Formats: sequence, C-alpha cells, structure tokens
Amino acid sequence: MPLRSGFTFSPGLPPVPIYLPIAELPVNIFLILGLGIAVGFISGMFGIGGGFLMTPLLILVGIPPAVAVASVPSHMAASSFSGAFSYWRKRFVDYGLGLVLLSGALLGTASGVWLFAALRRAGQLELFISLAYIVLLSIVGVLMTAESIRAIIRAWRGTPPMPRRPGTHAWFHGLPLKLRFRQSRIYVSAIPVIVIGFITGFIGAMMGVGGGFLLIPALIYLMRVPTTVSIGTSLFLTLMTMLVATVLHAVENRTVDAVLAMVLMVGGVFGAQFGARAGQAIRAEQLRLLLGIMVIAVGLRVAAGLINTPVEFFSVVPKDVWQ
Amino acid sequence: MSLPRRKMLLAALLVLGGALLAPLASNAQRLVTSVSTHRVLISSNFSGTELVLFGTLDEAPGAQIGTYDIVVTVRGPARTFVTRRKERVLGLWVNAASREFYQVPSYLAVMTNRPPAEIGTADMLRKNRIGLANHVLTQQLGGDIADVSPDDPFRQSFLRVKTAEGAYTTDPKGVTFLTPRLFRASVPIPGTALTGDYEVETLLITNGNVIAKQQTAIEVVKTGLEAIVASEARNHGFFYGLATALLALVTGLIATLLFRQE
Repeated sequence: MPLRSGFTFSPGLPPVPIYLPIAELPVNIFLILGLGIAVGFISGMFGIGGGFLMTPLLILVGIPPAVAVASVPSHMAASSFSGAFSYWRKRFVDYGLGLVLLSGALLGTASGVWLFAALRRAGQLELFISLAYIVLLSIVGVLMTAESIRAIIRAWRGTPPMPRRPGTHAWFHGLPLKLRFRQSRIYVSAIPVIVIGFITGFIGAMMGVGGGFLLIPALIYLMRVPTTVSIGTSLFLTLMTMLVATVLHAVENRTVDAVLAMVLMVGGVFGAQFGARAGQAIRAEQLRLLLGIMVIAVGLRVAAGLINTPVEFFSVVPKDVWQ
Repeated sequence: MSLPRRKMLLAALLVLGGALLAPLASNAQRLVTSVSTHRVLISSNFSGTELVLFGTLDEAPGAQIGTYDIVVTVRGPARTFVTRRKERVLGLWVNAASREFYQVPSYLAVMTNRPPAEIGTADMLRKNRIGLANHVLTQQLGGDIADVSPDDPFRQSFLRVKTAEGAYTTDPKGVTFLTPRLFRASVPIPGTALTGDYEVETLLITNGNVIAKQQTAIEVVKTGLEAIVASEARNHGFFYGLATALLALVTGLIATLLFRQE
C-alpha cells in the first residue's frame, strides 16, 4: 500500500509506526528519533538550533511544511537547553547582549509567524521557504567557509590570529544609545543589536529555524564578539525565541504536532550531549569551516529541488486544512 | 421503526431509478451488504487498515459467477484541493498555474470484480460514476463550479497525484465472488486517511445495467491520545503551545541532569 509518509521512506529501520495527530499521517518512530539524534548532535557540536537541517529533512520525509516549521522550534528549544546550560556554567553567556537581542527577536518572531500564516493562505509558502533557504544559506555558508579557511591558513603559517582592530569603526558605531557589554568586550549602540535580533527572530519563525546560523556570524563578524560568547549568547537566545515561537505557532497556525515534537526532542537532547563533547575537541576555526560547508550543502540541496526538472509537474495540496 | 421505513424508501427509489435506468428493474434482485466495521479508530500506532465488505444477492435465480458485476465505491470526507503546475521561471521550477478542486472526496476507492470497461458501456459508466475517471470532480472555474472533460490536464494530474499518494485507489480485482451469490470486497484505508464520514456505495450490475444499489457509511475517528492532542491543538492553542514549550524545557533539563551525573 503506497503511503505518502515517512513510514515507507525508512530503509533498514524496524517498521514501528507512530501516528502524528496534527500532521495526520503515520511515520516510522525510529526514523524521526534518528533525525532528532543526528540533528541534536550537530546542534550540540556547533551551538546552533539545527532547524535549518531539521525542517527540510522533515519536509523531505513527507511531513507537511506547515507542521514541520511549527513543530521544529520545540525540538530546538530542548536540544539547545543543555548547550545553553553548559555555556552558562562556564560564564560564556552575555545576558545584557542577550536581552537586547531578545527584545528585537521577540518582535521579529511575532512578525515572522504572522507573515508565515499570510503566505500559507496565499499558497506561495513552499516557494518562499525554498528561496529564503537558498539565499540565506548560500550567503552565510560562503562567508563562513571563506573566513574560516583564511583563519586556518593563518594558523597553519603561524601568523597571529586576526587582530582586534580598535581603530576600525563600522558605520553603525556612530549610532546613539550606546551600551557596554562587558562579557562580549564591546561598546556599541543598541540599535544594530536590536535589528540583528529582529532579523534572527523573523527569519527563524518564518523558516522554522533557530537563526543561530545567522546570529553567530553576525555577532562574530559584525559585532566582534568572541566566538565562545557568541555561541553561548546565541544558544540562550535560541532557547528563548524557540519557546515563544512554539506558543505563537500553536495560537496562530495550530500546526504544532506535539507527538512529532516529543519524539524529536527525546532524540535531540541526547544527540546534543554527545555533539557538545565532540565540538569541544575541535578547534574553533575548523568548527566554523565544518559548519560553513554544511550550510552550503543544505542550500545546494534545496536549490537542486528547484532547479532539477521534477518527476511530477503537478502538486496537490489541501486548501486550508487547519482552519 | 426506521429501518423498514428506510428500506421502503430505498425500494421506492430503486423502482423509480430502475424505471429510468433499465427495463430489468421490475425483477430487481435484492442486494444486502455489510462492512467489517462502521468505525475505524486512529490510535497512536495506526498506519492504515483494510475495510472488508460482504454482500449477498437475495433473489438471483440461476446465478452463475460472471452473471453479475459488483462495483464498490468508497468516498471520504469532501475537501477542497489546490492543484498547481510547476513551470520554469528564470531557471527555477515554481508553482505557476493552479486549479481548485472544490469539495471533492479526500479519499476515493473503486473496487470491481473485473475492469470497468468490461462491465458496461462508456456512457453507462459515466452516468453511474463508475471508476476514478468518471467520478464528478468539481472545479472552481472563475465564479462557476463545474466538472470538466476527463482529458483536462489538471483533472488527469489531480487523479494521478492522488493515486500515487494512495488517497485514490482502484482495483479491477477488488471484488471477489465467493459463490454466485456471495461476494467480498476489500478496501484499503491508508494511514493518511482524514477523519470523518466515509460513504460506501455498492452497485449490482448485469448485462451493463445497474439493477440494485446499496449505501452505507463508516466513520474514521481519532481515539485516545491522538484525539486529545488534536482537539487541544484546535481548541486551546495557547495552552497547548505552552504545554509543548514546557515539555521542551523539561526534556532538556532531564537530559542535562542525566549526563551531569555520569
């Protein structure tokens, strides 16, 4: 019997079905648990939520995009919890910076959830999510990869790491409302920080991603925050915004699948523990290179879906099932 | 009280319908059917099931296997679907033209004892909506709602995609005669089946004419945890979201504590 679900797309796994009440289809519990563990591992290793991997993977195994995007945030909250906790214990979280970012991120999350609902009604959600993925992932991935390769070459040649240039000022350093963030050793205006938070929250809610892959580079390269503090603060922010996104998606879109979320979470938290240990054994610039390559790979995969000639030119989707 | 009345009504309808459809209607064989269950329960390990329908012909003098044909059609709850065609725009395959199929069955199964083309003429099959291609699939066309010709590309694609998904199915050997008067039909209900009422229609055909028709219904419902989760998500979005968020925090906390002790 052909089923359009992850249930058939699980080669080599024992076929134990679990019915997802909101997605309204059965999936193989081991497949979903496995995805949770794998993405949780990456999440713990790089200090990101891992949503940019999880959301497309869930869509690939047949979960409706609206359910995937709304259910992944709770998985990210769970798997970033341990990370946030361990960075907090090592005092690598800048709460001042985190709270200013959070104020922007909450506004951004609310706007993102709202736009998501509007695009779903308009029927262009799929294209929009794909394009957003391709554009963002390729830009961030290429920048990250290029920078980390330069850092690795510098380290290999034995030249000192990129010096912090106190004399160089970006345009936003002239803005008012300057705040000093001690942990991050920066003194900047609150405005660009709030804007970064807003963009992270907005894109996160709309694409079903935590936004760590945007926030970490923004903090490291734009704000010149040390890598460890960037990761710690980003985890803290991911945890907060993902909790809020879960509630907002449940209210606005009603597509949060608690059963799917539960299975993902259980896998995610264990994967994250092992990932965090693996991550600490690797040098920071090598970690950034790996993350950069992975971000590019996901971007290319999504792009391939839009560029390759499809096998089936027609798609059939229910109109507003959840309304 | 209601059963005899319904049967009388059915008989009256049959006579009325039969008079229009076939001269054979006057000596219509009584068709009795029964389904294996009237309630399909979706529990947490649901991955689809099979519905079995049994039927007998009450008065069929001299019946032999091959004298009669049976068509069992199951229609799931109606939904509106959007069918989109991908077109290449600036090198990318994006959704371009779209058609809306208005209130069509979310599930459709047509089970017969032999290929529909052998059962009756194309005209008769169309009139009685036998087979996927002959089913009425209304489309929203501008301000109108109408069905289009069977060779419409959107209509054909809609049927093709739905069949590939397992939501629409047809089996020319789905009905088996166990004796000349007793038949059995098995209808696959996929894991993706929507909850709601499913209409089961059985047609008795001989020499290309419909001589009896029976209708019954089954219900697909979520049960236990699945039902609770679905209803909470729909009715108490805020608390449901809050509970899911809390679940995430607790799961994260438990894992953190577990690993700290090691």
